[in-house]
Amino acid sequence: MRREPPRTIADYTPLAFPAIMLIIFFVVPFSTMIAVSFFRRQQGGFYTPDFVIDNYGRFLSAFFGGVLGFSLMLAIMVAVICVAIAFPFTYLLTKTSRRVQIVWLVCLLSVLSLSEVIIGFAWSTLFSRTAGITNLLVAAGLMSEPQALLPGFGAVLTGMVYQALPYTILVLYPALVRLDPTLLEAARTLGASPLRGFINIIVPALRNTIVATLIMVFVFALGSYLLPQILGRPRHWTLSVLITDQAIYQSNMPFAAAMAVFLVLISLALVGLTLLVGGRREATA
Amino acid sequence: MSGLHLKDLSKRFGNFTAVDDVDLTVPHGTFVCILGPSGCGKTTLLRMIAGLEEPSAGAILLDDEDMTPVPTHKRNLGMVFQSLALFPHLTVGENIAYPLRIRGVDKNGQRKRVEELLALVHLPGYAARPVSKLSGGQRQRVAIARALALSPRLFLLDEPLSALDAKLREAMQVELRQLQQKLGITTIVVTHDQREAMTMADLVVVMGEGRIRQAASPIEIYRKPADAFVADFIGSTNLLEVKADRAGRAITLGQPIAGLSLPKGMASGLVSIRPEDVHLAGSANGAFRGKVTFVRDLGGTIETFVEVGGTTIVAVTTPRERGDIEAGTEVGVTLPAESCVVLKQ
Repeated sequence: MRREPPRTIADYTPLAFPAIMLIIFFVVPFSTMIAVSFFRRQQGGFYTPDFVIDNYGRFLSAFFGGVLGFSLMLAIMVAVICVAIAFPFTYLLTKTSRRVQIVWLVCLLSVLSLSEVIIGFAWSTLFSRTAGITNLLVAAGLMSEPQALLPGFGAVLTGMVYQALPYTILVLYPALVRLDPTLLEAARTLGASPLRGFINIIVPALRNTIVATLIMVFVFALGSYLLPQILGRPRHWTLSVLITDQAIYQSNMPFAAAMAVFLVLISLALVGLTLLVGGRREATA
Repeated sequence: MSGLHLKDLSKRFGNFTAVDDVDLTVPHGTFVCILGPSGCGKTTLLRMIAGLEEPSAGAILLDDEDMTPVPTHKRNLGMVFQSLALFPHLTVGENIAYPLRIRGVDKNGQRKRVEELLALVHLPGYAARPVSKLSGGQRQRVAIARALALSPRLFLLDEPLSALDAKLREAMQVELRQLQQKLGITTIVVTHDQREAMTMADLVVVMGEGRIRQAASPIEIYRKPADAFVADFIGSTNLLEVKADRAGRAITLGQPIAGLSLPKGMASGLVSIRPEDVHLAGSANGAFRGKVTFVRDLGGTIETFVEVGGTTIVAVTTPRERGDIEAGTEVGVTLPAESCVVLKQ
């Protein structure tokens, strides 16, 4: 295999295709959006090239700040819950026979084929008063009468965790499958109970994987805008919902663009912070 | 009785019997090597002793106490895995201190014990290094130190040296044996390398197809193998079919072996004779006549392949005790009766 660094322009040609794709489909649209975020809005739905920072100024209000805070909090909660459920689940899955693993993975992949709309309406039925899961609890004698569990924060959280969980498991699976099974056995021979060994050997040994998964699920959950609308009240709407609302229904492209740019910057900052903290702990360890 | 006693231990996986009715007594402080080809059940046996596999039948007794129902983490044993299983996110010191941390030993006590153990395995001052920066031999030593941290009642090692190169492996064998003698700890090593077993063990347990074929001292295993499997697995040997004639003399390749007779009632069997016990004479005087087909001169020893009546007999000699015998010459082969071991077929 070639190990020396590329020297001539020709050596870089394999990079040309991905680079062009990245420029056309990411750099150009994103630059356009940044530019639009500084444009001046015309009454009637259009905008003219200009350089105003009013769009960002308007964003710095208590209302939008609250929505931003809620969106980040929701995404973080989804990420933490998903990893907390998926990590032990995936670990136990890797201990089962090959056939059981395949069945589970196929089922998880089939969940991914459901669109956000279908997931949203399925959960809105399950949480409804007339046909929901509370009817089963009533039948089992655990509740006196059926209740509607939506709209509400719990419903939004459940729907989003449901949607993100298969991704989380599929990201964790390769790392957990490759993990040396004797690590836990060694911990057990050294006097640790299986649970203790799992917590202070398996989890720290895969810390980088866990951090990467948290970031991925966080970013994934941040972009969700259908589930909060279907399962939540307006106060459970995320920034993505407001961006869509401004861009499509209020025809205020510059403000929508400004919010989008702001959201990207905040997410990047959070991801950067996570990596920084993770990296520092690595250095001291 | 003090020591380890495996009582009629069996392990079945579905229809496959990995360990079949193993009964073994290991006195306290003994160095045991469980030796056998891959798939003979030796690792499964060790994992049952460690509590990592549940026996299908039988019991494990340590100093007359039944260990079978005790979970691994309460057995107080040290185990070195084939993969070593060092914790990648911890330093050398933290790896060794892990069992101490579990037991709630304070920081000072931990540090002292870690230094003690690192000195024991000849790695003083390595405590702060990350595990990933160590060489194969150093990782080996760290795994041994970690397993010994709690002064366990049993020290178990699963193919501990198989990842090392030949030279380092031989050095580690000697070191491991000296360490065990110093600590006087009952030690069980699983290996497929018979040189390893011969170097280290007080007691060699040869396993084949899940059963113990022979358990004895290394030299007894070598000199008096219990059956053809053991004779063939330990070192190299010449196995010749023998028949008894009317007087009970051992007849092989159409001729009697001088001075050797089969036990009463045994009509036929096998004779095992080690290559270094076979005598060759250039002048073709000897009991058997043969033709040299191949000579392998290894410098220190010379292996001579002699064809006698369609069967190849291998003789090993040092260059000094042997004249020039080249391929194609006729030689006389003597099989001294005192070196022949008669085995059932």
